[in-house]
Amino acid sequence: MTPVISLHEAVSLSDRFPLLAGVTLEVAPGEVVHLRGANGAGKSSLLRACAGLEQVVSGKAVVLGHDLTVDRQSVRRQVGLLAHSTFLYDDLTVEHNVRFAVRASRSGDDAVGATLAQLGLDGRLRETPVRRLSAGQRRRVALAVLVARRPRLWLLDEPHAGLDADGRDMLDDLVGRARDAGATVLVASHELERASAISDRTVTVAGGRILAVAPVAPVAAERPATLVVTHPLAAPRSPGSPGSPGSPGAPDASDASDAPDASDAPGETAGAPGATRDEATGATGAPVRAGAGRDVA
Amino acid sequence: MWRDALLVAGKDLRIELRAKVALGQVAPFAVVVLLLFGLALGPAVGSGSVLFAAAAGLFWVTVLLATVLAVQRSFALESVDGASDGLRMSGLDPAGIFVGKAAAIASQLLLLEVLLAAVASVLFDRHLAGWAILAASAVAATVGLVALGTIYGVVSIGSRQRETLLPLLFFPMAAPVLLAATKAWDAALADAPGHALGWLDVLLVFAVAYVAIGTVAFGPLLEDA
Repeated sequence: MTPVISLHEAVSLSDRFPLLAGVTLEVAPGEVVHLRGANGAGKSSLLRACAGLEQVVSGKAVVLGHDLTVDRQSVRRQVGLLAHSTFLYDDLTVEHNVRFAVRASRSGDDAVGATLAQLGLDGRLRETPVRRLSAGQRRRVALAVLVARRPRLWLLDEPHAGLDADGRDMLDDLVGRARDAGATVLVASHELERASAISDRTVTVAGGRILAVAPVAPVAAERPATLVVTHPLAAPRSPGSPGSPGSPGAPDASDASDAPDASDAPGETAGAPGATRDEATGATGAPVRAGAGRDVA
Repeated sequence: MWRDALLVAGKDLRIELRAKVALGQVAPFAVVVLLLFGLALGPAVGSGSVLFAAAAGLFWVTVLLATVLAVQRSFALESVDGASDGLRMSGLDPAGIFVGKAAAIASQLLLLEVLLAAVASVLFDRHLAGWAILAASAVAATVGLVALGTIYGVVSIGSRQRETLLPLLFFPMAAPVLLAATKAWDAALADAPGHALGWLDVLLVFAVAYVAIGTVAFGPLLEDA
């Protein structure tokens, strides 16, 4: 099956600063992948590169069959990006914002009303200019835009941020429905429990590279309270093992900013051999380890 | 492209109808500029006055200043909350975005020019003769100015110095349009249509050239913004 996302040693730069430093990753159709990593690890840049917003200057980058090194624009109509910015126009109403985005993507605006109702944006809110909404409501409108556009690839950057409890549950439900409908989803999130619960696979990003890839076992996803969290630098490593200091492309252990912190990096990341969530739960989903810049899932 | 242009123009005009920036800020600004010209160069008494002779030039300088404000406003919309990224993610044809944004600005400016022409006629004591040539040259000049402004407007989106960068880039390149529009209006007001038509041709050439450049260049410029 042709992967929806196929990156091989993809490098993206902002001026001379590397946003992505050789990312290798494949995502299959219908898969939900959780990206995690410390602040500045490259999660958002990876999402933006997949959306065609960041240029891939070397390596291979094919998303939905579009070679992003040649053409970054063609893929955008098929991709929905929920970013930190909402991309909304303050002076347009909720409905006009959604209709504009949907018509621009040629998705057909027959489902706009239903989408607004689904996200609790019907009634008086529908005719309210976005500038009068709270941050959480703006986030819902941005989510409504994404849902109404019906993209084949969902790119969610900290999607739970700013949403209330109902909104978070609704978001998880929407992701599940999108997957059921055949969409592929990449979720960058620090909310490990929620993100893991809706994901098939976890990818750890650090220093603009893929550090580790691990499947999420259903049992573990349902019982996040039993997670064993291990600091990645605390566990012993065998010299030369993938992801260990000194191995090709591995992050420098002295560079703490590149390494996921304890709250953000359960044991299946590099440096914690075997210390996965499955140890605690008894589930069988063994981690698949990856050297930096290598996806061996 | 035309479908996308209509969509973008409709969006920008809808925003203007709600925010009323052109009506509440650009139009009053332009009228005040005309009044200041009148105070500085007046009084306008008879055909020998400075204002009478310079009426067309003062009118088009005022339009030029208003164009900068209108373009800045149009692209300020795309600078808020990542809207320019949203525009890029929308999948709209960049040429359609260019034409749509330019059309929305041009429609506002043409209405403003009608108002300013009436005000200038009274302030500068000039009877508006040669309506057809005045209107045709106004449309051609406005298209040229707005196309040029839209090209530079997208350049200024990502710049921290966008308030000063846009006029710095725009005014030198707009000078030929300002000159041709002033000459065309001077000739039309002096009842010399043959001379005016020559300048109208110049305006048309610049309008076509700037629209063509914008249609091609807007996409790459938006990507870099």
